[in-house]
Amino acid sequence: MKKSALSMKQSYIVCAVGIAVLFGLLMAICESGAANTYIKGILMTCCIAVIMTTSLNLTVGVLGQLTLGCCGFEMIGAYSAALLSKLIVAKGIAMDPTARFLLTIFVGAVIACIFGILVGIPALRLHGDYLAIITLGFGEIIRVVLQNIPAAGGVGLDKGQAGQALIGIDRIANLYVVFWITVVTVVLLFMFARSRYGRAVKAIRDDEIAASASGLNVTYLKVLVFAISAFFAGLAGGIYAQYMGSLTPAYAGWLQSTNYVIMVVFGGMGSLTGSILSAIVLTILPEALRAFSDYRMLAYSVVLVVFMIFRPQGIFGSWEFSLPKLINRIVYRNGRGGAAKAAIAAEGAGTAGTTAAAKSAEPAGKEA
Amino acid sequence: MAEQPILRAEHLGITFGGLRAVDDFNMTINKGELVGLIGPNGAGKTTVFNLLTGVYKPTDGEFWLDGEKMNGKKTYQVVRAGIARTFQNIRLFKQMTVEENVLVAFNESFSYHMGGAIFRTPRFWREEREMHRKAIDLLRIFKLEGLAQTQAANLPYGAQRKLEIARALATGMKLLLLDEPAAGMNPTETEDLLECINTIRDRFGIAILLIEHDMSLVMNVCQRIQVLDYGRTIASGLPEEIAHNPKVISAYLGSDEDGDDAGETADGGDATAATDGKEEHDA
Ligand SMILES: Nc1ncnc2c1ncn2[C@@H]1O[C@H](COP(=O)(O)OP(=O)(O)OP(=O)(O)O)[C@@H](O)[C@H]1O
Ligand SMILES: [Mg+2]
Repeated sequence: MKKSALSMKQSYIVCAVGIAVLFGLLMAICESGAANTYIKGILMTCCIAVIMTTSLNLTVGVLGQLTLGCCGFEMIGAYSAALLSKLIVAKGIAMDPTARFLLTIFVGAVIACIFGILVGIPALRLHGDYLAIITLGFGEIIRVVLQNIPAAGGVGLDKGQAGQALIGIDRIANLYVVFWITVVTVVLLFMFARSRYGRAVKAIRDDEIAASASGLNVTYLKVLVFAISAFFAGLAGGIYAQYMGSLTPAYAGWLQSTNYVIMVVFGGMGSLTGSILSAIVLTILPEALRAFSDYRMLAYSVVLVVFMIFRPQGIFGSWEFSLPKLINRIVYRNGRGGAAKAAIAAEGAGTAGTTAAAKSAEPAGKEA
Repeated sequence: MAEQPILRAEHLGITFGGLRAVDDFNMTINKGELVGLIGPNGAGKTTVFNLLTGVYKPTDGEFWLDGEKMNGKKTYQVVRAGIARTFQNIRLFKQMTVEENVLVAFNESFSYHMGGAIFRTPRFWREEREMHRKAIDLLRIFKLEGLAQTQAANLPYGAQRKLEIARALATGMKLLLLDEPAAGMNPTETEDLLECINTIRDRFGIAILLIEHDMSLVMNVCQRIQVLDYGRTIASGLPEEIAHNPKVISAYLGSDEDGDDAGETADGGDATAATDGKEEHDA
């Protein structure tokens, strides 16, 4: 048993291979001509939704603070990236489109992150409903502000006109690049969640008073998580802007934010892999339901309601899907409990091994 | 005494609205000492703990840990300086495993930063491994190492209490505040707990301040006892002195006469029973 379980390094390799296979699949779909612009668009939207949902899950699921302003941050990133991109072109700076894309989305993300910190410091003193309302209000403020900035309307910059959609953004978002950005985002979030930081954040979710009595600076950690979420929301926004080619302030409002919260809840609070799956499913679902034309959104709602009645904890609950563990189970015929024990034995000294083991033991317990 | 006391509190007091919950609270605890804090329900014992851990800001007075002034500090700062506590109503990180509960409290002993976590540097692995080992070592003292991967919410009651103490120890404190650790425990569990408290005192050489209604436990383990009633210190001294102190007896019996609630009556009964027991012992 001991020898059969994958080691830490092997697990990482398995994950890397899994991602590579996924990318290969994506390439196959795109290059073979099986995908038209419409399909590619859906894939792009999936990537954006994955970034938004996983990063939002860090705040909502892992930290346990309900926020309804994620699209406010997304649009800050989107407008920043779009305007910067226009500025670079206007100034006649020669730049490779991909470099410009990466630079602008990064700058947009940083600006969103700064706003995240500024909003987070006062807002995170509040809990539950109050925080939700504050962040909801924040999104609305962003919407109204964007509506009233001349540079954020029309064709933008000095030719802009307030109250209009921002148009004429270079559509330089490349699906392959975006795929890798999504991968990096998810990996970063995983590394964060499975470190002392993630543990501290989960502790705050479980009991804030006990967390500070264990020496955690609760305020700092909350703002940190909020800022990270805002950063990736801004990143997603930058991608969105340069995929769509136009932006409307209305997108910053609460309606779209609620959509992402639904994705988080649907995937399972605190489960990043659940968020990935639900982001993809809930992006594709409304498209797949196009056959029902007028009743499309009704059908979508019904699916959601029925699902939540029968599985209120979301697709994955708090469980994380893990490719190495799946392989352990199939190839080495290690039961979940067995895998856990073997992992403890093999990684006796490795905490990551045991957290993984704990995670795998958890659903086993639930099923029993 | 040449050596600096671990805790020195002077004239601590706090008022909630019109209620003087704690008044003129003075206390010194030396290294390795185990001091008991007792008193009827609502006397202000937990409030003292909340003052000492920065949950409440004292309206009067000051306190020092190892000579360092502590009032005005936030809870996490006080904890990092070296005062850790447990709660009267157990507060665990319920959805996390037993080991993770301890690891959270080890957080400050880690030195890797965000970059280390993201890139999984050798330092990350080294520290995580080391902390895992330390956590298991700590859990072993409480005989919880076999439950390391169990979710905290699924632990039996006695084990939850012990885990809370283990977590407090993991903060690396100099002074441990235990708020009714034996509450709700059966005699066997209490016995077990007593053993644990003695072990950690010997092992870590820390000072402990203990709130407890179980008089036999208090009289057994505490070197000194301070008694609160309505926020004021009505007596302090050696266990035998406290057991004989008429003020203490009347404070407990007095609340008995008021007939406030069943818990108090039981506690009052306990106190006198324990007092009697002690007298016989001494005789
Ligand atoms: N935050 C607060 N606001 C108002 N009053 C409070 C607050 N905290 C405590 N009190 C009051 O202070 C008094 C002392 O309470 P405390 O919890 O310290 O008692 P205790 O000695 O721990 O009692 P017990 O044995 O029941 O735990 C009580 O009258 C309580 O109602
Ligand atoms: Mg109390």
